Amino acid sequence: MASFSTNEFKGGLKIMLDGDPHSIVENEFVKPGKGQAFSRTKVRNLKTGRVVERTFKSGESVEAADVMDTEMQYLYTDGEHWHFMNPTTFEQLGADKTAMGDAHLWLQEEAICEVTLFNGQPLAVSPPNFVELIIKETDPGLRGDTATGGNKPAHMETGAVVKVPLFIEEGEKIKIDTRSGEYVSRVK
Amino acid sequence: MDSTGVLEVSTPVLSHAATTDPQLHSFKVTAGGQPCYLHTSPEFAMKRLLAAHQQDIYQIVPVFRDAERGHKHNPEFTLLEWYRVGMDHQQLMDSMETLLRGIFKTFNKPWHKPQRKRYTVLVEAVLGCDMCAVTAGKIKHYFESKGRSFPPGDLSVDAALDLLIDTFVLPDFAEDHFTYITDYPASQAALARTATDSQGNAVASRFELYFGSLEIANGYHELADADVLLQRIEQDLQTRKENALDAVTVDSHLIAAHQAGFPACAGVALGVERLLMLLSEVSSIDQVLAFCFERA
Repeated sequence: MASFSTNEFKGGLKIMLDGDPHSIVENEFVKPGKGQAFSRTKVRNLKTGRVVERTFKSGESVEAADVMDTEMQYLYTDGEHWHFMNPTTFEQLGADKTAMGDAHLWLQEEAICEVTLFNGQPLAVSPPNFVELIIKETDPGLRGDTATGGNKPAHMETGAVVKVPLFIEEGEKIKIDTRSGEYVSRVK
Repeated sequence: MDSTGVLEVSTPVLSHAATTDPQLHSFKVTAGGQPCYLHTSPEFAMKRLLAAHQQDIYQIVPVFRDAERGHKHNPEFTLLEWYRVGMDHQQLMDSMETLLRGIFKTFNKPWHKPQRKRYTVLVEAVLGCDMCAVTAGKIKHYFESKGRSFPPGDLSVDAALDLLIDTFVLPDFAEDHFTYITDYPASQAALARTATDSQGNAVASRFELYFGSLEIANGYHELADADVLLQRIEQDLQTRKENALDAVTVDSHLIAAHQAGFPACAGVALGVERLLMLLSEVSSIDQVLAFCFERA
C-alpha cells in the first residue's frame, strides 16, 4: 500500500485518516533546536469538507488516499445520479447527490467538469469555472439603466439563481463565475 | 565580540565524527571511501579549542541538519556560536542581553528587557500539576480537553513536553519581546550541567531564547565532567538504537579534550537567519536566504 512520510507532506497531498480521504491544506514543521520534530497539519475531509488539525511525529508514515482529479463530460441525470463520461476512454460513471453538492445547478449537457475519484468512484464534482447560461425567468429589464448599479435575481435554465444587473432581459445568455456564483458579463 | 575580547575562530565543517543527539540528523558524506559528516553545529570542535586554550571564542558558520525544513527551518543555516570561560548560563544571558540590545539600537528597534521564565513554572501553569507528576498520557489528555490534535503512536514525555511548549506556552509570549526559558528538565540537558532547583527537581543549567514565539538561541552552562559526558553519549546511542537511527561515529577527540581538562564555561548558539527574520519582520526563513533549499 502506498504511503507518505511526513517529510513528503505538502498542500494538496491526499492521505487516508480514520478511513476517510483527506487533503492536506497546510503543513507546519515544528521543532525546537534540541527536541522532537512534528508536522502540524490542517486537513480537509474530502467527504464532508470539514477542516481539522492533525499533528504527527516527524518521520511517521500515513497511508496515501487513492484520490485522483479527472476531467469528465456531463451527460445527463436520471434524478438520482448525474452521469459523466471520460472523453478518452468513454468510461461512464454516476455521481450521487453528496458528490455533486451544488455543482448540478450549473451543469448543461456536454459541460467538462473536474471529477474527483476516490477508489474509482466520484467523490466530488467541480463545474467549469465559467459557464454561459440562458436566463429562464427574471423581472422585466429597465432598458438603458446601466448606471445605477442595482441588481435583481434571475433564474437560469439549469436551476441556479444569479443576481444580474437591471438591464438584463429574460432569454439572454450570460457568463457566470461558478466559484462565486456571480454574474460576469452578457454573452452576445 | 571583538570589543569584549572574544576571539574569532574557524573550525572544520566536515568531520569524521557526528553528534550523537538523537534529535539531530547529520548529513553523511563519503570522503575517500570513508564515511564523514557535515557538522550540525561547531560545538565539538570549539570545545576542543576551549580545552586547549581556555579562552573566550566565537564563530559564525554554516551548519547542516537533515530532515529540517519549514517556514522557520532550512537544512543549511548559519549559527553564531560563542563560549565565555568562567561564566555560568545566568551570566551568559546577561552578556547576551548587552549584545542584543546593541543590535536593536543599531536597527532602531524598541528594546524591552527580556523576561526569564522557568520551564517547570511554565509547564505547571498549563497542566496544573507538579512537574514530577507529568506524563505523556497527562499531556495527551490536556490536548484532547482543549480540542487540539495530539500525535498518534508512542511519545516520550520529553517529546510531549516539546509539543506542549510549542502549542500552549510559546503563543502566549509577548510579541516583540525576548523571553528566556531556563532550567529545563534534566532529561533535556543535552550537554549542559545539571543542578537541583529549590523544589528539589533535577534541572539542566540550560536556556533557550525566544523572540515572541520564535526560537533564537540555545545555551548551556557547559558540562565539563568527562565521565558524565560519556554517560550522556552512551544514553544517546541507546536511544538511537531503540529508534532505529543511524549509529554515528562518536567524536573521540571531544572525549579526550574533556579528559584532558575542560574549563568551566558557558556557551550559546544563535540562529543567524532567525535573528535576521525578527530584525526584518518576516515570517518565513526563505525571505532572508538568497536561495532556499529547494532552489539551492
